[in-house]
Amino acid sequence: MSENFRSLETKFLDKTNRISFKYNGKKYYGYKGDTLASALLSNGVHLIGRSFKYHRPRGIMTCGSEEPNAIVQIGGSGSFTEPNVRATEQEIYEGLEASSQNCWPSVEFDVGGINNFISPVIPAGFYYKTFMWPKKLWYSLYEPAIRLSAGLGKSPTQPDPELYDHNHLHCDVLVVGGGISGIIAASISSDNGNNTVLIEDKNSLGGSTIFQDDENFKINDEKSSVWLNNQIKKIKNKKNLTIKYRTSLAAYHSYNYLLARENLTDHKSLNERSNKLRQRLWKIRAKKVILATGAIERPLIFNNNDRPGVMLASSVKKYIDYFGVRCGNKNIIFTNNDSAYETAISLNKKGINVSIVDIRNNSSSMLVKNAKDAGIKIYWNHTVVNTKGYRRIKSIEIMKMSEDGTNVIGSKLNLVCDNLSISGGWTPMVHLFTQSGGKLKFRDSDQVFIPNTATSDQISIGSCNGDFELDDIIKNTISDCKNFLSLSSTDFDLLKVNCSKQKESKNIWLLPNDKPLGKTKPFLDFQNDSTAKDIKLAMREGFRSIEHVKRYTTTGMGTDQGKLANMHALGIISETAGVKMGSLGTTTFRPPYTPLTFGTIVGRNVGTFFDITRKTPMHDWHESHKAKFENVGQWKRAWYYPKENESMYQAVQRESKAARESAGILDASTLGKIDIKGTDASEFLNRVYTNAWSKLGIGKCRYGLMLNEDGMVYDDGVTTRLSENNYLMTTTTGGAANVLSKLEDYLQTEWPELDVWLTSVTDHYATASVCGPNSKNILKKLFPSIEFNDVNFPHMSFKNAELDGINCRIMRISFTGEHSYEINIESKYGKSLWEKCMDAGKEFNITPYGTETMHLLRAEKGFIIVGQDTDGTMTPIDLQMDWIVSKKKYDFIGKRSLYRSDTMREDRKQLVGLLTDNPNEILEEGAQIVLDEKKQPIEMLGHVTSSYFSPNLNKSIALAVVKNGKKLKGQKLLVPMKDKTINVTVSDFIFFDSKNERLNA
Amino acid sequence: MFIITCPFCGERDQSEFSAGGEAHIVRPKQPTELSDDEWADFLFMRKNIKGVQFERWNHAHGCRKWFNVIRDTSNDKIHAVYKMGEKPPVK
Ligand SMILES: [Zn+2]
Repeated sequence: MSENFRSLETKFLDKTNRISFKYNGKKYYGYKGDTLASALLSNGVHLIGRSFKYHRPRGIMTCGSEEPNAIVQIGGSGSFTEPNVRATEQEIYEGLEASSQNCWPSVEFDVGGINNFISPVIPAGFYYKTFMWPKKLWYSLYEPAIRLSAGLGKSPTQPDPELYDHNHLHCDVLVVGGGISGIIAASISSDNGNNTVLIEDKNSLGGSTIFQDDENFKINDEKSSVWLNNQIKKIKNKKNLTIKYRTSLAAYHSYNYLLARENLTDHKSLNERSNKLRQRLWKIRAKKVILATGAIERPLIFNNNDRPGVMLASSVKKYIDYFGVRCGNKNIIFTNNDSAYETAISLNKKGINVSIVDIRNNSSSMLVKNAKDAGIKIYWNHTVVNTKGYRRIKSIEIMKMSEDGTNVIGSKLNLVCDNLSISGGWTPMVHLFTQSGGKLKFRDSDQVFIPNTATSDQISIGSCNGDFELDDIIKNTISDCKNFLSLSSTDFDLLKVNCSKQKESKNIWLLPNDKPLGKTKPFLDFQNDSTAKDIKLAMREGFRSIEHVKRYTTTGMGTDQGKLANMHALGIISETAGVKMGSLGTTTFRPPYTPLTFGTIVGRNVGTFFDITRKTPMHDWHESHKAKFENVGQWKRAWYYPKENESMYQAVQRESKAARESAGILDASTLGKIDIKGTDASEFLNRVYTNAWSKLGIGKCRYGLMLNEDGMVYDDGVTTRLSENNYLMTTTTGGAANVLSKLEDYLQTEWPELDVWLTSVTDHYATASVCGPNSKNILKKLFPSIEFNDVNFPHMSFKNAELDGINCRIMRISFTGEHSYEINIESKYGKSLWEKCMDAGKEFNITPYGTETMHLLRAEKGFIIVGQDTDGTMTPIDLQMDWIVSKKKYDFIGKRSLYRSDTMREDRKQLVGLLTDNPNEILEEGAQIVLDEKKQPIEMLGHVTSSYFSPNLNKSIALAVVKNGKKLKGQKLLVPMKDKTINVTVSDFIFFDSKNERLNA
Repeated sequence: MFIITCPFCGERDQSEFSAGGEAHIVRPKQPTELSDDEWADFLFMRKNIKGVQFERWNHAHGCRKWFNVIRDTSNDKIHAVYKMGEKPPVK
């Protein structure tokens, strides 16, 4: 039976609720309210993991989100496992399974530990330097080796089955942090009519004051913890105040927009969680923000300061006073300030052996006097020069320091211990403040960065603002809140606060040693194993900027983001470089403050909710007729309709033949439709299309090409003049939204004088396009009152019609080259229109065809698809569409650009047709086209943009853009593929019915 | 993420808007009279200031109106919002 390190005097745990959990396969017990760290420590488990680079044994060091070492994998294998969880934050629950990371085969015996003995050859920049040459070894040797031994934890192998949510929250005042200053601020804010939200990342309020048992700290003559406990009881009943527990602020953006992650089930046993939300991301917009995020204790930087059992002094205090767990039986405190004396006194009171090593010469505060009075041995003006013990600290060596603190003198003293509590002072948590755009200032007196100027309506209070003593914290919190919230008085104005005051301070970033730096291991970044000598090496090699040194040495780049020792890195750099620390700046703190799960980030936007799906009114019909669908933007478009066991190729060949031989029908509802009204509508179209529109008669349709101002083709489509001042414009499916916003832009900003109104009607109308020699016969059956002949209803014209009493618009236009009609009807009748067309077309073998056949048919005709045959670099001249560019019009969008020297170059890439020498060979779209394969480097002339086997021509056809293509007709070119080279000949790009005889057939 | 006060709708989240680049670049009335350089200047050249910049914004997921914004690009502070065609309220 292993030793029990728990005394159950603490009131913060539920002693009636004993919980079992597993760590590395072994069963342990803890209590409800324990973190995994406190529960393990109560069982005497200190060794948690191995460090990243040297695989040195590492133990629990802290009690919060700054923990660099105690990073564990939660859950077994499969979908519920989660890597990189801090044992200091994870609450235990019945059935919890956790395991060490970054150690193989086990945490007790680690093969990678050999790195520790060869560590002189793993200096800063090791990975950059070693794995560079020879380059060819990278894939075969270096990368697999790094992957095997590195990496923190295992990612889940299956999709995350848990539920996550996003929620918006608006409030007058957001208070971040539920320590003493946050509680006072939330109290003042809510008492004065502000809708206030207080968020706290732990499961209870009170910070470190709530377990402060020292008689030196009193508020209104009560122990500070007693006073605070009463305040907490009061604020829980305030009606203006919402308190969110287990909620950590991840990001603080400009304009007081903040993201917080609320953890709802991670502390519950697995059967309590089922089907409940796991985490919720709060998107908070606060009018005012009060940051009360506290401070983190600094470590001290000395030789072998990383052994299991070396912990932050304030954490050791929390473990004993809050969790009732002693971190050792023989404790040594190593400090440069008074706060660690609280830990010593607390341990001493509980009868636990403790002594103190202090780098200062003396301290005259009440706390220190209490420690002396209690008979605690204090080694003044001493520093630790070494620690011993492999899996747990066993002893330390201390030496006296020289007067200036740069050297050690005298003889070594060996002290036996099983815990070393270190304290190097405090670092205000200014991460969120700087994320919001705030600028810091450096305070020389105690070497801290504190908030200076903020860019949004916010204040920082308490120790995150640089106040570390209870009286300052309370006094400044109250006065700052009064200013911030424009109050003349608060209920707290008359508080009486007593506390021990520190008078002597001393700070040494890198403590002196009897050995040269090269022979010691003073760790700065415990997770990434970077030491003070790595920083110095980086500087010798010429790195000066803190951002560069950070990346080169990987200091501060772990999952803890260097919360502990960034300041020491800065300090050592400034000392080495001989510059003032304040002038060096800090590294940038980027969100998230603590890592977020992917689940929280995406919330509900997974699976079918990942993006909006747009379906046409005929969608159900396509689905029930076994259509395969293609995504076009957010639209689902019928791609092809395979019969029985048909392949895509077979289906498309059949559909293409049917459409030309008798009749085909296409769902064209997704085409963008813009209703254009106003007395200047014709003038407007004149300005936005390249061709002339003034003379288009009422009831007539015209194809238009739209350019960008840079002269490149932007969109195309047919526009119909419905009446004198009303046009219906169609756009490409993918371009609809952009075209509308571009047209709005010109109307509102360049041509506000035009009387034109634009309305998107894409979703208002469904469109069935019926084509083929029998299309006329089908329409005749559907619309018996209309005369379908070339005189009364010629190509490129439109008629209003009725289908069983429902209004329709029929346009006789064609994208296939066949005689064809597009019927527009109100969306809700779309499916019925489609079914009526199918019915009427039955005797003509009407064949539904999808987008693939549409593409094939138009390619036979040489009609471009904007976005497939063009890519934003093609002018209408490049596309050999000179005929559509008006020479007479004074101006239209993009006209001037067509006369720029570059757009007038004759050797630009131009649209051509390509025929393969072997008519059965089908080119691959995107394939490169060259003239000569032998001449290196091979010049790329262009690429294939569209390619099909044409069943109507019985040969392969392709469209391509080729440099100087207009002049290359008949030229033999090559299309090199992976396994062969295909011979092609440049041809005309209209392959089928070049005289347009079928339109009127 | 900032808040923009649409002159037609009021305060709205930035996610409702789309940015339209530098403001007060007027499309030349007679493009054909311009040299290649002059046209290129209108077409391509933008100041991209770090600091106070005049910009066009569109309330894309709202009233669809374009308007002008004076914004400090270094801290996203918006100094003024005004309608198209109006004079900037500050110099
Ligand atoms: Zn608006």
